[in-house]
Amino acid sequence: MTQRIVVDPITRIEGHLRIEAEIKDGKIVDAFSSGTMVRGIEIILKGRDPRDAWAFVERVCGVCTTVHALASVRSVENALGMVIPPNADLIRNLMFCAQYMQDHVVHFYHLHALDWVDVVSALSADPQKTSDIAKSLSNWPKSSPGYFSDLQKRLKGFVESGQLGIFANGYWGHPAYKLPAEVNLIGVAHYLEALEWQKEIVKVHTIFGGKNPHPNYLVGGVPCAINLDGNNAINAERLAYVQKLLEDAKTFVNQVYIPDLVAVAKYYKSDWGAIGGGLKNYLAYGDLPLNGYNNPESFKFPRGIVMDRDLTKIIPVDASDPQQIQEFIAHSYYNYSDGNKTGKHPWAGETNLHYTGPKPPYDYLKVEEQYSWLKTPRWKGNPMEVGPLSRMLVGFAAGNKEIQEVVKWGLSALEAPVEALFSTLGRTAARGLETKLVADWGLEFFNSLITNIKNGDTRTANTEKWDPETWPAEAKGVGLTEAPRGALAHWIVIKDKKIDNYQLVVPSTWNASPRDMNGQRSAYEESLIGTPIADPEKPLEILRTIHSFDPCLACAVHLYDEKGTYLHQLHTF
Amino acid sequence: MNETRPTVYEELQAKGHSRRDFMKFCTFIGAALGLESTGIAQVVKALETKSRLPVVWLHFQECTCCSESFIRSSHPLVADVILDKISLDYTETLMAAAGHQAEATLKNTIEKYKGQYVLLVEGSIPTKEDGAYCCIGGKSSYDIFKEVSKDAKAIIAWGNCASAGCVQAANPNPTGATPIYKLAEGKTVINVQGCPPIAEVMAGVIVHILAFDRIPQLDSLGRPKAFYSSRVHDTCYRRPNYDAGLFVESWDDENAKKGYCLYKMGCRGPNTYNSCGVIKWNNGVSFPIQSGHPCIGCSEANFWDNGPFYKHLANFPGFGIESTADKVGIGLGAVTVAGIAAHAVVTNIRKRKEIMKGLRTTDNNIA
Repeated sequence: MTQRIVVDPITRIEGHLRIEAEIKDGKIVDAFSSGTMVRGIEIILKGRDPRDAWAFVERVCGVCTTVHALASVRSVENALGMVIPPNADLIRNLMFCAQYMQDHVVHFYHLHALDWVDVVSALSADPQKTSDIAKSLSNWPKSSPGYFSDLQKRLKGFVESGQLGIFANGYWGHPAYKLPAEVNLIGVAHYLEALEWQKEIVKVHTIFGGKNPHPNYLVGGVPCAINLDGNNAINAERLAYVQKLLEDAKTFVNQVYIPDLVAVAKYYKSDWGAIGGGLKNYLAYGDLPLNGYNNPESFKFPRGIVMDRDLTKIIPVDASDPQQIQEFIAHSYYNYSDGNKTGKHPWAGETNLHYTGPKPPYDYLKVEEQYSWLKTPRWKGNPMEVGPLSRMLVGFAAGNKEIQEVVKWGLSALEAPVEALFSTLGRTAARGLETKLVADWGLEFFNSLITNIKNGDTRTANTEKWDPETWPAEAKGVGLTEAPRGALAHWIVIKDKKIDNYQLVVPSTWNASPRDMNGQRSAYEESLIGTPIADPEKPLEILRTIHSFDPCLACAVHLYDEKGTYLHQLHTF
Repeated sequence: MNETRPTVYEELQAKGHSRRDFMKFCTFIGAALGLESTGIAQVVKALETKSRLPVVWLHFQECTCCSESFIRSSHPLVADVILDKISLDYTETLMAAAGHQAEATLKNTIEKYKGQYVLLVEGSIPTKEDGAYCCIGGKSSYDIFKEVSKDAKAIIAWGNCASAGCVQAANPNPTGATPIYKLAEGKTVINVQGCPPIAEVMAGVIVHILAFDRIPQLDSLGRPKAFYSSRVHDTCYRRPNYDAGLFVESWDDENAKKGYCLYKMGCRGPNTYNSCGVIKWNNGVSFPIQSGHPCIGCSEANFWDNGPFYKHLANFPGFGIESTADKVGIGLGAVTVAGIAAHAVVTNIRKRKEIMKGLRTTDNNIA
């Protein structure tokens, strides 16, 4: 007999996500992923100044803050043929690196760890043994028996108060938790330390962008000026601050995050290194230019596609080709004017917002019909996974030495075969491995910035085409980046100096979307098939795999005119 | 308050903290609120006799930037807030439970602590299409809000979404995104404005309720006066440049490198009430203007529709109008406002001369 279970809300994510799964003989046989919230940012964008768009779309997501702003300013610069100064590229790269480190560490400890770490079990840990294990994992100084004993006392008092707060009603004691009590206690300690640390690295954004979340960006460069002999711009003190933040971050990543990841993964690799693989196609747009955004061959994260897990071949992707990336709506709450069976490239996107789901309150979605506010993007008709694993696999297949080395290092540290990459655990490990790279790269970009300034280049903005009078009557652009959660692109059409169309296809649209008209599942749904469920009342296993993607479902956004004729679409997660 | 729950002091004792630690903590809170020593004594008394406050954090139409901002708080630290000061019983961003276990936690808190819990709302509520634009656990966000707000001791609206609808409520507001005070049926809502609000402002509002057992004084828009009573313009360290008529004219120009006023680049400081110039961001590191970008006015209702950001509309407070507020103005000059309107400008010639003189000295040093 098949049993339908519903997990809604999926917590410890960004946004509103619902999973319905069918279970037979203790395993998931089908799954349906639904985005249950829409905001409609696009009508708001239509007719506005393209130079303002970054601020609107940055509000698509406050967790991966900055990434939409970056894609947006790039789309406008691409449309208008603007080239930004090298310092602006470097500062954007530094903000990118800071975002990755903060976001991935928060994901690991605060969004994902409770799927693997049993907080209640930590109460029975032996502090001395915990200290011994911690010291064997890394030389992070906070590892004395007294430290763990104090922490345990604090945790005990908390639990005994009866007010469990964020830990209330977790799946504690579930048979799928496998860590020894001591490793659980280390996990809890670092949960709290990471919470305190993450607020530091974001100061890189504050220095260059004035605040975090939602730092400021600028079409044509970055808003902050450099003046070594002024006290109102980026000077030696500000730069020293950035350097310190990057160095501390690298220490935290290498001494806390990576050792914890390896330690936890070892206990789970035998099963979770083979569960949750899902799709076999991986897409990355690549990012972190060394020689400008227009030279993708210089990117630290390479661009390309891996099909059918074949790491010997890299396939190029062209976001401007109308035949490559298209969006479908067979199971989404929309209509297309020429029928719902065609796909549309984002520059020609069209959306009729059309809710056909059950009237709330409801128990189940109509999964045979439409069941999500997300559209379904496809590359040449194929479903693609995006995210850290895709970046590592594309980089590996592209022959990128740094990526090949870190992946090989990771596999040997875990004593796991290459196949283990294609799994729930592989996704979680890939996130850690790329963070290790980014921690190094941040300091490389910093040194390049210092060298540039030393050589007399202090430019941070190119204002040649700031004035709309210099723009053509019509222009189209696309801005590509790699959000922490995967490939992100914004497409813009500018007409008469205003936004005529603006669309986003974001990582969670690729990963979390409903199936297409041919019944091909997207990444979340496919990855759940075959997952064992020990207790349908406590579907911890679903959380593990879904969290391994780091869901981010801020909204599915759609453009339409004042008469209610829906014209354009955007999805943003 | 429910007497069966231990007080904050008792809990700290149980966790092995000394009286001294406790006093330190109280002083810290007092300092965060800018209190004199007599006020700190009041904090001590309050926390000795009060238990951990049950708190429910709901997420509707939002981007989670408010939650992200909250965890950036440096004083108090957010780990200390959620472990020692409040009992954060429901927040989709951080809670361990999911699905019906999460829903059960919410139900349990609002029933067990009826009239005692504080409700925090992040996000606006869509009122069109029977609420289908935002559903959680199959229920519309409006229904959830009605159920949870009914017996809340206090309601806080985090950020511009919950306070004013933010970006999704900008013209023409496709989903009917509505700020929660419009749906709170007469209950007082504390609007903690900003996109997002400053971390220490968020923590400060919670600490205020916790320490004094009452909500902070609010302005006519429901914003706590402690954090929203002055304009960014009036607390901006670049204000002397404005008074002196020294402006950035173009991105990365010489004036930008010198840190002149960003008014002509569209700065909304003159009509934005927030603490950015005082508390600054991320533990005082910087704020938008200090990092070279104009204020976009993110703590004001409808700021998205007051664009474009890099221009001022004709009716925007600016030169001339400001002169009445700025009593130090001495001389008169004339400047054209970028783009739309020209106003008479009042310039503090003396101040301008002083600043210019200072900068010339700097230039000489460079040479």
